[in-house]
Amino acid sequence: MIWRVDVFPKQKEFCPKIFSQIKDLGLEGSFQVYSKKAYLIDADFKLQDIEKIANELLIDPVIEEYSLTKGIFEKAPAQNQILIAYNAGVCDSVALSLEKAIGDLSLNVKSARIAKFYEFEGLSQDQINYLAPKLLFNPLIEHIMDYNKAKNINTLDEFAGSDYKFELVNVDILNADDDNLVEISNNGCLSLSLDEMKIIQNYFKCLNRNPTDCELETMATLWSEHCAHKTFRGIIEYEERDQNNGLIKKETIDNLLKSTVFKATKDIDSPYCVSVFADNSGVVEFDDKNNICFKVETHNHPSSLEPYGGASTGIGGVIRDILGTGCGAKPFGSIDVFCFAPWDISHEDLPKGLLHPKRVMKGVIKGVRDYGNRMGIPTVAGAVLFDRRFLGNPLVYCGTLGILPKEKSFKYPKPGNLVILCGAKTGRDGIHGATFSSKELDEHTVNLTSAVQVGNPIEEKKLTEAILRARDKDLFNAITDCGAGGICSAITELGEECGVKVDLDKVPLKYRGLSYTEVWISESQERMVFFTDQSNLKELKEIFKEEDVEISVVGKVTDNKKLVLCYEGNKVGELDMDFIFNLPRLDKKAVWIERAENNQKLEEKDNYDDDFKQMLSAPNVACKDWVLREYDHEVQAGSVTKAIHGIDNEAVNDAAILRPDFKSDKCVAIGLGINPFYSDFDPYWMAASAIDEALRNVVATGGRLDKTFILDNFSWGSPQNELVLGALVRASKACYDFSTYFGVPFISGKDSLYNEYMVGDKHISIPGTLLISAMSIIPNWRKVITSSFKNSGNLIYIIGKTKPELGGSEYFRSLNLDQGLVPKVDKEQALANFTNLSSAIDKGLVASCHDLSEGGLSVAISEMCIGSKKGANIFLAEAPQEGNILDYEILFSESPSRFLVEITKDNKDAFEGELAKVNFGLIGCVSGDRRVVVHNKNSKVIANLEIDVLRESWKKTFKKFR
Amino acid sequence: MKPNALIIRTAGINCDKETEFAFNSAGAKTDLKHISYVKEKSKLSDYQIICIPGGFSYGDDLGAGKIFSLELLCWLKDQLKAFIEKGGLILGICNGFQVLVKTGILPDLDFKQKVTLTDNDSDRFEDRWVYLKVVSENIWLKGLPEMINLPIAHGEGKFYTERSILDKIESKSQVALRYVDSSLNPAGYPFNPNGSLNDIAGITDASGRVLGVMPHPERNMFEHHSPFWREEKVVPFGRVFFENAVDYFM
Repeated sequence: MIWRVDVFPKQKEFCPKIFSQIKDLGLEGSFQVYSKKAYLIDADFKLQDIEKIANELLIDPVIEEYSLTKGIFEKAPAQNQILIAYNAGVCDSVALSLEKAIGDLSLNVKSARIAKFYEFEGLSQDQINYLAPKLLFNPLIEHIMDYNKAKNINTLDEFAGSDYKFELVNVDILNADDDNLVEISNNGCLSLSLDEMKIIQNYFKCLNRNPTDCELETMATLWSEHCAHKTFRGIIEYEERDQNNGLIKKETIDNLLKSTVFKATKDIDSPYCVSVFADNSGVVEFDDKNNICFKVETHNHPSSLEPYGGASTGIGGVIRDILGTGCGAKPFGSIDVFCFAPWDISHEDLPKGLLHPKRVMKGVIKGVRDYGNRMGIPTVAGAVLFDRRFLGNPLVYCGTLGILPKEKSFKYPKPGNLVILCGAKTGRDGIHGATFSSKELDEHTVNLTSAVQVGNPIEEKKLTEAILRARDKDLFNAITDCGAGGICSAITELGEECGVKVDLDKVPLKYRGLSYTEVWISESQERMVFFTDQSNLKELKEIFKEEDVEISVVGKVTDNKKLVLCYEGNKVGELDMDFIFNLPRLDKKAVWIERAENNQKLEEKDNYDDDFKQMLSAPNVACKDWVLREYDHEVQAGSVTKAIHGIDNEAVNDAAILRPDFKSDKCVAIGLGINPFYSDFDPYWMAASAIDEALRNVVATGGRLDKTFILDNFSWGSPQNELVLGALVRASKACYDFSTYFGVPFISGKDSLYNEYMVGDKHISIPGTLLISAMSIIPNWRKVITSSFKNSGNLIYIIGKTKPELGGSEYFRSLNLDQGLVPKVDKEQALANFTNLSSAIDKGLVASCHDLSEGGLSVAISEMCIGSKKGANIFLAEAPQEGNILDYEILFSESPSRFLVEITKDNKDAFEGELAKVNFGLIGCVSGDRRVVVHNKNSKVIANLEIDVLRESWKKTFKKFR
Repeated sequence: MKPNALIIRTAGINCDKETEFAFNSAGAKTDLKHISYVKEKSKLSDYQIICIPGGFSYGDDLGAGKIFSLELLCWLKDQLKAFIEKGGLILGICNGFQVLVKTGILPDLDFKQKVTLTDNDSDRFEDRWVYLKVVSENIWLKGLPEMINLPIAHGEGKFYTERSILDKIESKSQVALRYVDSSLNPAGYPFNPNGSLNDIAGITDASGRVLGVMPHPERNMFEHHSPFWREEKVVPFGRVFFENAVDYFM
């Protein structure tokens, strides 16, 4: 039978958070909201048992009490009360913990579920029905419990009575014509094109049989855009045209990845690269004992539907990529970058079927926070950007770094190995996730409910401990993670060179009723696959038992290069590895049309105080320390510099720096470059700027280019649109050009395409967005540089030339201007700036340094002052500049490759001596009077602001958000 | 002689390795063990120091430290009693502090929960550095200046109890650390980051041998841990906690 225990504070408290969110929805009047935690426990308990559980487990006796009900409802709830529970099959990690804890009390529980009870005062039922799905639950994973249905429920086993009985399903494709093939792909949610279906049809014609459903699903998974990156690896007919549509050039690109990003890495041939574009993350040398690795993933589509679950499984997935690198790496730091629509748009302006950006933003941040914090991996750096086009497609980039012993950097799968599946049990979670992310979203997407899931960080934490212990005892020889495509892609990819036989009935299940195909393609989170010898099994089981992690032998590595799938002794699939991994090549057309350049000029002003304030309060610039503070960015105790540091925690650093191993003085700086707004002008320069920005970040903190490595993450619209694909080609070309010129190789990357949304019959595509993540190994943590000014009287230099480049800039966008010259990276100058600055830092000549990015000089100088509570006198005439540049252009231009550097007067000559090859200017000095004072070329003061005023502008933007 | 320190972890504890490092570098011999190992194979009497590190044991599901404390009570209560009576030292950091109060080891060693650490007033997890006033003459805190800096990182750190118990804790000088501003004065948020009664950041038992703290001393072992080590000379105060514990047995 079911017991329900409601837990609530001894002193009745209303929920201020929900209250204010309801106000945000525009509901007026005086009302109150109260909530209770409800625990549903299915067990044959006596009253004293359940009372023991309530008293010893469920309440905090100092502040809480409980009430007890037999059954889910004793009586019909009042009209102002609702009870919200998870949908069947959704991961309920608290319930799993509760079941474990009841077991600790030596009591037997069948099943437990968690629910939330809300009571409203002063709101009508209509109002409650309106606000509940907007604020209190997401129908994709939760529901309001219906009294009439629930009153008769006497077990929580939602899957009772749906036992699976084996039945082999064949799909008739031998006799299918083109229309049938398309229909089979669409009906099965396979996302396979007609050409691909035909290749599969031919394969089975040769075998003279039809495929099973499971075989077809295997092909759909491994040939999905998500797993195979068909666009990047395909053949592209590419054209560049001028503004009048005249052809500039035309070429056939055979594999965009291999001819741009990959090629750069090959051409550079860095001696520090260990394993690049080959494993689940890119691996480079750290010191003589360890290597480090880095991977960044996107989880855009899931986060748009269920922000909390999407973001948490995003971070969970990339952590497993690190765990699944080589023979297992230990994660030591994470980053996250988000792009949202402005959070203050009105609910009326929200197209149907979309979640409000504020809810998306809160859910995403909370998802990353809860997962990362519980895993004990510090989330140390990130960015949050806003643009309306992210309304239907928010972008969620999650990245993790890991450290691994040198000798554990590769995998060695061997015939005869056992195939081991470990971690969480398998349910229907996320079925069709891989094929789903290869589709555009529309209003109907919400029906694909099984694609949405919620993570369980503690399960993954346990898994991490168990795997790293097993690794250190050499208990396995190959490992990979289960991500999109579940065990289907994990086992098949790991066994590609040998062959594998899998017994699908050996996979432990969360609940009954899964078919063999569902088992095979389920994307249940927190699972890993590894290969090992039989002789290690006993010791493995001991470790996994102690860590309380499930471990099962599910198959064997063979030597026939075949994938063989069985269920209860029946063969349900047999495919040749060579066929699976001989990916069909897509043929696509791509066009890039040049945009007219327009050097838009504004009228000069006498005073730019308000413009300074405007820049600092712009959402893309404004202080987001509250996001960072929600992340445990110091766990593992490796923090060398924090993203925000300083006496009052108000100094923005260019890069977060971590020391992954206490035995070594070496540390790792992590920089991020992203500016989707330049894409509207030219994606080539957008990509160049992103690379430049990521490198600026690490160089400014003490990194050197020869020990710096970068990752590319493209989030793009639909490659079916030739202009969108043309833009992608153009950005990729910049990746090659600038990576090779700077000698900084790409070590890993990922693309997320189809970030489009239909509103009515209109496609809304995100701006082409490339995130460049840089990591740089710094030989000694004592040498790192921070951004806040150190001493008044010190000199301030600007390195790099300022040009009138305001196209896509924060300044022009704040004025709603979409004209101007897009910032362009001058390769030679940039390289000279980076290397000269590095050697000045290396010689100990630099007191502080900050790069110029969004908002240009105005923001950089303000941030250096706010962080230090010091002032600065600035003379624009001294900044190296091009032509007849105007005051506001020097202040707000976003010309790349520039830095502000503070040095002591004693170091003046030595510092200038290091800058032999660059444009630089002694632009001012640090002052003690807590003001930023800017003099224009005629020595007139055009800005004069107190630091406190600047700080207030910088901090006020997100005050209301929370 | 070098004391033996046992650091007990379980699912979701995540500050265990740096805590072990801290005891190790202070000179202790350390064993870092999972509770399921400890309950079957360890003898607490082999150790002089026990530490429950920070993290999210069992995800903090059912409340911070709740399930972990239940397990300690179910499996190790008698051994813990004996360990305390024999004069051993116990440190609980963050989640470990939450465990110590929920087992009722703190404040009175009687295994009855009298105080709690509950949701921050801000209702958010927060990681920030705080100023702390060192209040009591305690084994763990010997030699520290009156004001130190340490980082906190928690969502449930608000120290709360009923008035009479609070008065008793105060009158017996069991408060070890208090949140203050940079001039050592009591101050509201963000100086007191969670709304703790009487700005309490850490308490001891009456003997001073058992210490529970919300701030993380193991995260202040090197200068570079401080958020302003590039601005001014800093002292890694966290080290002192662990060195004191080791010195106590030397």
